[in-house]
Amino acid sequence: MKEPSKQTVEVPVATGDEDRYRLRMGPQHPATHGVLRVDLELDGETIVACDPQVGYLHRGIEKLAENRTYAQTLILTDRLDYIAAMSNNCGFCVAVEKLLAITPPLRARYIRTIVNEMSRLASHLLWLATHALDIGAMTVFLYCFREREILLELFEELCGARLTFSYPRIGGVRQDVNAYFIDGLQRFIDIFPEKILEYETLIDTNRIWLKRTVGIGKVSREKALSLGLTGACLRASGVDYDVRKHQPYDAYDLVDFEVPIGQEGDSYARYRCRMEEMRQSVRILQQCIDQLPPGPIVGEDAPDLHMSQRIIPFREARVSAYGTGLIALSHKTKPTYPAGDIYVATEVPKGELGFYIISDGSPRAYRMHIRSPSFIHISALTALSEGGLVADLITNIGSVDVVLGESDR
Amino acid sequence: MSSDKVVHLPEGLRLFPGAGALLGPLDKLVNWGRAGSIWPVTFGLACCAIEMMDTGASTNDQDRFGILFRASPRQADCMVVAGTLTKKMAPALRRVYDQMPEPRYVMAMGSCACSGGVFDTYAVTQGVDQIVPVDVYVPGCPPRPEALLEGFLKLKEKIMAEEFRWSSVR
Amino acid sequence: MEQRAIADTLKTQFSEEVVDIVEYQGQVGVLLRPDQIVPILRWLRDSADLRMDHLRALCGVDNSKRKTSYPERFEVVYQLYSTELRHEIRLRVLLPEKDPHVDSVVSLWSGANWLEREVFDMFGIRFNQHPNLKRVLLPDDWEGHPLRKEYPLKGRKEWQGLVELKERIQELDQHGFYPPPPVEAKKGGTAKKGAKNPVEPQKTVAQAAGPASAGKEKTATVAAALPAGVNTGKTLRERDQA
Repeated sequence: MKEPSKQTVEVPVATGDEDRYRLRMGPQHPATHGVLRVDLELDGETIVACDPQVGYLHRGIEKLAENRTYAQTLILTDRLDYIAAMSNNCGFCVAVEKLLAITPPLRARYIRTIVNEMSRLASHLLWLATHALDIGAMTVFLYCFREREILLELFEELCGARLTFSYPRIGGVRQDVNAYFIDGLQRFIDIFPEKILEYETLIDTNRIWLKRTVGIGKVSREKALSLGLTGACLRASGVDYDVRKHQPYDAYDLVDFEVPIGQEGDSYARYRCRMEEMRQSVRILQQCIDQLPPGPIVGEDAPDLHMSQRIIPFREARVSAYGTGLIALSHKTKPTYPAGDIYVATEVPKGELGFYIISDGSPRAYRMHIRSPSFIHISALTALSEGGLVADLITNIGSVDVVLGESDR
Repeated sequence: MSSDKVVHLPEGLRLFPGAGALLGPLDKLVNWGRAGSIWPVTFGLACCAIEMMDTGASTNDQDRFGILFRASPRQADCMVVAGTLTKKMAPALRRVYDQMPEPRYVMAMGSCACSGGVFDTYAVTQGVDQIVPVDVYVPGCPPRPEALLEGFLKLKEKIMAEEFRWSSVR
Repeated sequence: MEQRAIADTLKTQFSEEVVDIVEYQGQVGVLLRPDQIVPILRWLRDSADLRMDHLRALCGVDNSKRKTSYPERFEVVYQLYSTELRHEIRLRVLLPEKDPHVDSVVSLWSGANWLEREVFDMFGIRFNQHPNLKRVLLPDDWEGHPLRKEYPLKGRKEWQGLVELKERIQELDQHGFYPPPPVEAKKGGTAKKGAKNPVEPQKTVAQAAGPASAGKEKTATVAAALPAGVNTGKTLRERDQA
C-alpha cells in the first residue's frame, strides 16, 4: 500500500519554496501520546506550518450519552481521560448532582476529594514519565511508574479496578474507605515528597532537560486565554485560574491548598507548575485523611443507581457510618427529572473539564457536551510550535499533557 | 557450550555436549528461537495502552520474557492492538500491519479490540479482526498487566506449535 | 456580578437581540438572535465591569426532539467566564432549521477555531468567516452529522473509506504468508473455515484471570492453537495419519 489512504487531509501547500517539505507525524507514533497526527510543513528542521489532526479515537461518547441514562453514562466517562478516570467520574457526578439538585454527604465529598487528588498524582506521574521519556530521560519513566503502581494498588484496594473505576456515584460514592486503604495512603503520602525530590534531582538541573524545555513553546498570558488553555498550561502563563478555588466542588472549599502560578509560560514553567501541584495534592490528601468525617457515604436523596431506561423510583438508601454498601430498601418517592440545562466544570489533571447537560425531563441527558481540555490544548499546538524545531514539537505535545480519549470523545 | 551447564530445550531437540551442536526438526528450532524473542510494535490506541505501558515498566517488567517494545513495525514481529479501533484509524492499522515482516502475529488487547466493547456506535469498528487477522485475544476493560503477560505466553505456546512457518517452499 | 444582573445588563445593552432569559439552578442562559453575536461577545469580553476573558465551551444543540417546544431547531451555546471577576454567563444563539449559520468568533478567541469546527462536524452548522471550516473529528468524506437527532446511533451507511479498506484487505490476503485456499481445494474442516473468513485464522483466547489460570488452561488451549494447516489444509500430523 504505497499510496496514502483516502482520508489524507491536505497539508498546507508549500509556497513555491523548494526547500520545504511535508512530514506527516502519526497517527501511530510513540511520541504523540496516542493517536494524534500532526501534519508538518518544514523548512529544514524549522516548522513552517503545523496542523494537528484528531478524531482517530472518536467513539461518539456524546451521542451514546444521549441514548443512555445517567448511571449508564458514568462508565463512558471512565474512557474519556483514562489516565485520571476518577476525576472524570467525579466531574460527571458533580454535574448530574447539580442538575438533579442532590447534595452528597460530607464524607462522600471528602472521599471524592481524596480520589481526585490521587488521580491527579497518577496522571501527573504518567505525564512526567512519558514527557521525560520523549525528551530522552529513561530513568524518570521507570521511577514514576514505580510510584504510580502504588497508587493503582490503592485504587484497587478501594474499588477493585486499576484504570477504569466507576467508583463515584450520583449522590455519593460506591463503597467506604477501609483502614487498609487509609494506612496505605498515609504511607504513600509519607514517602512521596521525597520521591518528588528524587525526580527533581534527576532532571531539574539536567542540562539537556533545561535546553529542551526552557523557552520552548512559550505562550503569553493573553495568548493563553485566547487559546482557551486551562489547568497547568494556563497557570504557567501567569493566570490565576483553578476551578477548585474559583468554583469549589466536593471538599475543596474545606481544605487549605495553594495554586502554583508560573510566569514564563514555557515548557519548563508548565513542568514546574505540575511538580508543585503534586506537592499541593499531597497536602490536600493529608488534610483529607485528618479531617475525614464519619457519616453516610450516599445521600438520602440519591437516585437509584440503576436508573434504567424505564423510570424507577428513588430509593431510600440506609447506609451505616462505615457503609455496608447500597441496599435498596423501599421505593418511596417518584423521581423528578427536571427540565433545564447546566454547565459544571471541574479541575481535572489536564485542565478544566466541563459537562454541559441539557435535560428535558426524561431519565436521559437530552444533550451532553463534554468540554474537554485536551481537545483545546491540541488545537493550541499550532500556536505553540510554529517557528520552532521538530524536536520542540515533541516537547510541546508532552508539556501540554494531552490524552486523546478525552480530546476525541 | 560446556557440558556441565543445564540447558532446557523443548521436547524433540537434542544438544550434543562438547560438539556445540543441536539436532532436531527445523520447525522446533525455528519456533524455539522465535518464541523466545517476541518483539511487539506498540499500537496503543486508548486506555489499554496505559496498561500496556505498565506491563513494560518497572513493576511487571516484561523484558524478562524477551519481549521488547519496538516503535517501528519493520523491526517487530507482533502487534499489540491496545484499545478502541475507530473507523478513521482502521486504514492506519492495516498499513502498520502490512509493513511488518513475516512471521507476524497480532494480539487484540481489551474488549474494544476484541469486539468493539461498550462503543457500539457509528464511529467504531466492532473488533480488529475485521481489519487484521488476530492470533490472541486478551479480554478485559482494560486487561490487567498480568493478563497481557499471559496473552504473550499463549502466543508463545502458539508459536511453539506452529509447523512450516519458515519457508515459502511448503 | 450575579448572573441575573449580567443578563439584565445584556438586555438593556442589546434589547433587540435578546429573545428570552432562562434560569435553572442559579445558572442563567440568555437566548439570542444570531445576527449580532460577535459584537455581543466582544462587548462581554472587553467591557470593564464584565471582562469575560475565558470562553469555557462552545457547543451545538439540536432541539428537534425536545419534549418542550422550542422556537428554533438549532442552538449554539457559549459559556463565558471571567477569570478575574469570577462570574459566568451562558449565551444560547437560536438558529433556524434551514441553512443554520452564525458568525465565527475566532477573531475574539483563537481557541474557538476547533470548537466551531466540531460543531460544524457534528451538526452541520456553518460559521461565517471561519478560517478553516472542515471536519475535525470524523473523516472528510463522512456523510451526515452524527449529533443531529435524526442520525441513528450506529450510522446509516458504512463509511466509504472502510468499505474500500475491506476490499483492499481481500486482495492483500491473497499475497499473505497463508493465503486463503482456492475455492475448489476446500476440503477438511480447517481449510473451509479459513476460506469462509479469510482474515480470521485460528484463535487463542487468553483468560483475563491473571497468571494463576495459565497452567490450568494449558492443554485445552494448545490443542486449539494448532495451525490451520499449510497449503493442503491439514496439519503434518493429520497428513501422517492419512
